[in-house]
Amino acid sequence: MTDVTQGNVETEPSRWDALVDSVRERLGREPRKRKPHYLFYRHPVPVRVLHWLNAVILLVMLMSGLQIFNAHPSLYWGNAADFEHPFIALRAEGTQENFWGVTSIGSWKFNTDGWLGASKTGGVQTVRGFPEWATLPAESPSLALGRLWHLAFAWLLFANGLAYFGYIFFTRRVKELVPTKDDLKHLPHEIVTHAKLQFPKGEAAKHYNGLQRLTYFIVLFVLGPLIVLTGLTMSPTMDSVLPFLVWVFGGRQSARTIHFIVAFSFVGFFIIHMLALFLSAPINGLRSMITGWFAIERDAP
Amino acid sequence: MTDTRRNLLVRGSAMLGTMVLAGCTDLSHKPWVQNALGEVENLTRVAQRLFAGGHSLAPEYSKADIAKVFRPNGTLNPGTNDYLIHQANGFKDWVIPVGGLVERPLELSLADIRKMPPRSQITRHDCVEGWSCIGEWTGAPLAPILAMARPKPEARYVIFYCADPMGEGGVDTNGNIVPPPYYYESLDLLEATHPQTILSYELNGKPLPVENGAPIRVRAERQLGYKMPKYVQKIDLVDSFARIGGGKGGYWEDTGYQWYGGI
Repeated sequence: MTDVTQGNVETEPSRWDALVDSVRERLGREPRKRKPHYLFYRHPVPVRVLHWLNAVILLVMLMSGLQIFNAHPSLYWGNAADFEHPFIALRAEGTQENFWGVTSIGSWKFNTDGWLGASKTGGVQTVRGFPEWATLPAESPSLALGRLWHLAFAWLLFANGLAYFGYIFFTRRVKELVPTKDDLKHLPHEIVTHAKLQFPKGEAAKHYNGLQRLTYFIVLFVLGPLIVLTGLTMSPTMDSVLPFLVWVFGGRQSARTIHFIVAFSFVGFFIIHMLALFLSAPINGLRSMITGWFAIERDAP
Repeated sequence: MTDTRRNLLVRGSAMLGTMVLAGCTDLSHKPWVQNALGEVENLTRVAQRLFAGGHSLAPEYSKADIAKVFRPNGTLNPGTNDYLIHQANGFKDWVIPVGGLVERPLELSLADIRKMPPRSQITRHDCVEGWSCIGEWTGAPLAPILAMARPKPEARYVIFYCADPMGEGGVDTNGNIVPPPYYYESLDLLEATHPQTILSYELNGKPLPVENGAPIRVRAERQLGYKMPKYVQKIDLVDSFARIGGGKGGYWEDTGYQWYGGI
């Protein structure tokens, strides 16, 4: 087939099903009962490889980023830091011997001991923004090593992104990722059916639905460029070449704050991504991102 | 799926996660990993240099943007006897020799530096920790000073030796007293001769306060804060910093920070 969005179709019985059934047989179980289905080649090799590389790179970027953040765990708006009035601050309160973690957002203040502001490092209570399990490396402060990871993997992220964008534009798969007018019109309906955990089946499952297109579009074309540009705006040398970036984001400290918010938007996307996978068809979905093949149920005769 | 299997899966993946994280932290301390990640620093430097060239100017701000207090960081007072004597007599005997790979070594007193055509710039100071602060710096551009000293063709870096000891020093295994390392930094000639690179002696129109680096601190506005040493007492031109201090080109570099401080 020439239309890449249609992919190829493999007819039953698939090697995957045969493998699953042979394992079940060894365990002394009946073959799995299946609704009639056929396999649809959903994700070509480049998409799968870049997807998993991206997963590892983003994890390293997030965790090393949180390590860098721990060097000064406060966020501000504008160009310079108004140290007395941070927008968000993860701090410790108490005495040298007895202190606890506190998070403030504007004038609100919460006790976040053990999570944010102060938590245990190797079993010892430490003043640190994010806890040891969230940062790379785990100890804190370790700004130099955090920067080493972050600035090296930033290049990998950039290369990976470039390869991916090149691929989707070259093969025109990008059309599958841009929401249409119809998508936006049907958005309320899509949200309701998703909330009821009714996911597209049969032929409809061969294409991204409107909600997916909108989500992927935002992640790829809004969050992606934003995280790169706000990251670059924090570089004083970049600012000497592209001062308009500083202006666009409303100052270097604003760029840092937006960088942080976008990073957590990626975390939010990851949670939605996992929920959608586990609530719809976890094995089928995961397999399609490993082997490429996705099972489509045949409509009942 | 049965509960025990589910439990096993959940606990298994939690354990796997912990192992991966611990693995990455262990990796962080392996010299070959640090070297590999550090190699990327060269890519960053080359790319930024290609993009920025020698003369792109850091953004300058207006008087209204100046912070009430310019946040001091690192050493707040070198506290050595020598420094305290200089501080007591207003630094009038402070002399900065400019030497190393130059045709004409110089001895610059504070008065000499103040007599040179000054440059004032209201710029944003970006600390490697993440915060920024805006101040107005006045000082003598470094490029004409270096031109006066006439660097030899093989000179590549400018080393700034500072008056502030870092830490307490100690005693080695033979019982000898080991003095603490002193702060030092280096810039390559491109950054050192950038129009906004100055030997600054005034902050916000007043003599440079001790906590901000009196009497002389470097401003290199396209770099992070640690590349702008305070309490500068000697300038040397070299072809390599391999045999200076820990060999990495600066006090913080010797502890693991990247030499290139443009990002």
